[in-house]
Amino acid sequence: MKILAMDTSNHPLSVALVEDWQLVAETTLNLAKNHSVYLMPTIESLMKSVDWQPEQLDRVVVAHGPGSYTGVRIAVTTAKTLATTLDIELVGISSLKLIAANVTTFAPEQLIVSFFDARRGNVFAGGYQWVSGKLVTSIPEKHVAFNSMLNALPSENRSTILVGELNDGLEEQLKNVTATQFKMAPENTTIPSAYQLALLSKQETPVKDIDGFVPNYLRMTEAEVEWQKLHPGESKQSYVREV
Amino acid sequence: MGERNLILAFESSCDETSIAVVEDGRTILSNIIATQIDSHKRFGGVVPEVASRHHIEQVTRCLKEALSKANVTYADLTAVAVTYGPGLVGALLIGVTAAKAVAFAHHLPLIPVNHMAGHIYAGRFVSDFEFPQMALLVSGGHTELVYIESENDFKILGETRDDAAGEAYDKIGRVLGVTYPAGKTIDQWAHQGEDTFDFPRAMEKDASYDFSFSGLKSSFINTVHNAEQRKVTLNKEDLAASFQQSVVDVLAEKTDRALDRFPVKQLVLAGGVAANLGLRERIERDMHQKHPATKLIMAPIKLCGDNAAMIGAAGYVAYQHQKRAQMDLNAEPGLSF
Ligand SMILES: Nc1ncnc2c1ncn2[C@@H]1O[C@H](COP(=O)(O)OP(=O)(O)OP(=O)(O)O)[C@@H](O)[C@H]1O
Ligand SMILES: [Mg+2]
Repeated sequence: MKILAMDTSNHPLSVALVEDWQLVAETTLNLAKNHSVYLMPTIESLMKSVDWQPEQLDRVVVAHGPGSYTGVRIAVTTAKTLATTLDIELVGISSLKLIAANVTTFAPEQLIVSFFDARRGNVFAGGYQWVSGKLVTSIPEKHVAFNSMLNALPSENRSTILVGELNDGLEEQLKNVTATQFKMAPENTTIPSAYQLALLSKQETPVKDIDGFVPNYLRMTEAEVEWQKLHPGESKQSYVREV
Repeated sequence: MGERNLILAFESSCDETSIAVVEDGRTILSNIIATQIDSHKRFGGVVPEVASRHHIEQVTRCLKEALSKANVTYADLTAVAVTYGPGLVGALLIGVTAAKAVAFAHHLPLIPVNHMAGHIYAGRFVSDFEFPQMALLVSGGHTELVYIESENDFKILGETRDDAAGEAYDKIGRVLGVTYPAGKTIDQWAHQGEDTFDFPRAMEKDASYDFSFSGLKSSFINTVHNAEQRKVTLNKEDLAASFQQSVVDVLAEKTDRALDRFPVKQLVLAGGVAANLGLRERIERDMHQKHPATKLIMAPIKLCGDNAAMIGAAGYVAYQHQKRAQMDLNAEPGLSF
């Protein structure tokens, strides 16, 4: 099985070609550059370098968020369009789970919490554990204030491994947390690998409704939040119609 | 007979996700348009992040439908065309990204299309184009007179210095309690009223070919607010008719003068506001009386608003002119001719 895997949910861009769960080629850019400009050329040149044709692909795997809205949309649009147009499998994996998977620990019950900065002291975060070689979600992903997330971590005798990039604001909050125990994972774990992404797709079933596949934003738009406040219970199933 | 040229076209610059298949630049085989208007109506105008979210929900469904309605497969296609600007960056990116993926997957050339050239090419479904040509482009974000010396060679003669005509319609519509987009309703009311308010005709006598609609908009809003303060109810049909008359007078006057100065074979009336019946009637009458040698091409009303068929028609011409984009094509929100 030939897999194309991609992640552009935050600053890094990672693309991998994987065959029968073995890495064939991978490129990761960590440049904070425009994913719209770099994603397709990276896919194109990787495919060319290993002499793969698009029609040989069997599966596309994408990190579907959370993360930068625009970044996530670029990879998700690319992935769902490729899967549709080539009529192949699509698998979506959480962008948070992807970096949590960089922490390979086999200590049972070790909790790994990954997070992305979501501005104004907030993060997107989720908690995971390795169970018989599989990474399972044990704390649901949410958009949350960083300090309240930290304060809710287990305290007794169990330390949590935190994975994520700390900016100044988040670092400040981290200092003020005393009740819980945690260790920061080494910095290299914050960089996503599309090879890892492909491997994570092994446990997943492909998306059934590719047309309905959208990013996991974890947040409504501000306009929508405001509107729903003023119009409780009025939301419709769909606001888009064909003309 | 040569092989038929089939272009798969993508349009997602604002609040419509549209994908079409166009044959030889002049026959629409399919033109799927999924509009988000009902969503943005809730907010009184297009919210960019909401628009991007709707586009990504619609894009592959529209793609499959465009191909199946046209009864063609990927193997039949000649090229993929896509709007890459101007428009909302996050919205444009969905069409650009999807178009690149399809072009890559099927080894097809990718053709970048300017959305405004697309609006002009809606006229191509009415008549063949001859050059030199002029276009009066009136839409939600633009109001311009474009001189087209030869095919695919666009030059702006004049443009709005502030609000676009469509934008002015939407803003004054809001003051009258009409939901976004207000153009069509104001147009209907205008036909039932009379120009009793005599609003200003900005820059009508100015030597340039530029437009300005913000003064008209302010004058309109002030009139309505003053009346409200005095607890007087103004006739909304007369307000609409007066506003529309002012817009149409300026557009027609400038077009007339541009045609005197730059004689052309054809005038194309296009863009969302080209659906305006008052404008269509006036330009038709003026052309007949003042420029009988210039052929008027009015974009079909159904193709005045955003749609991918017009992008396919413009893409066909760009294709013949060897315009190609590579996989690094990006959205250009501020693109102009
Ligand atoms: N009959 C009408 N009379 C006047 N205005 C109209 C009419 N029908 C539509 N409009 C206006 O047309 C505009 C939409 O046109 P269009 O879809 O071309 O704009 P846009 O795509 O948002 O902007 P642009 O093409 O400049 O990027 C809206 O402002 C709408 O009110
Ligand atoms: Mg438009």
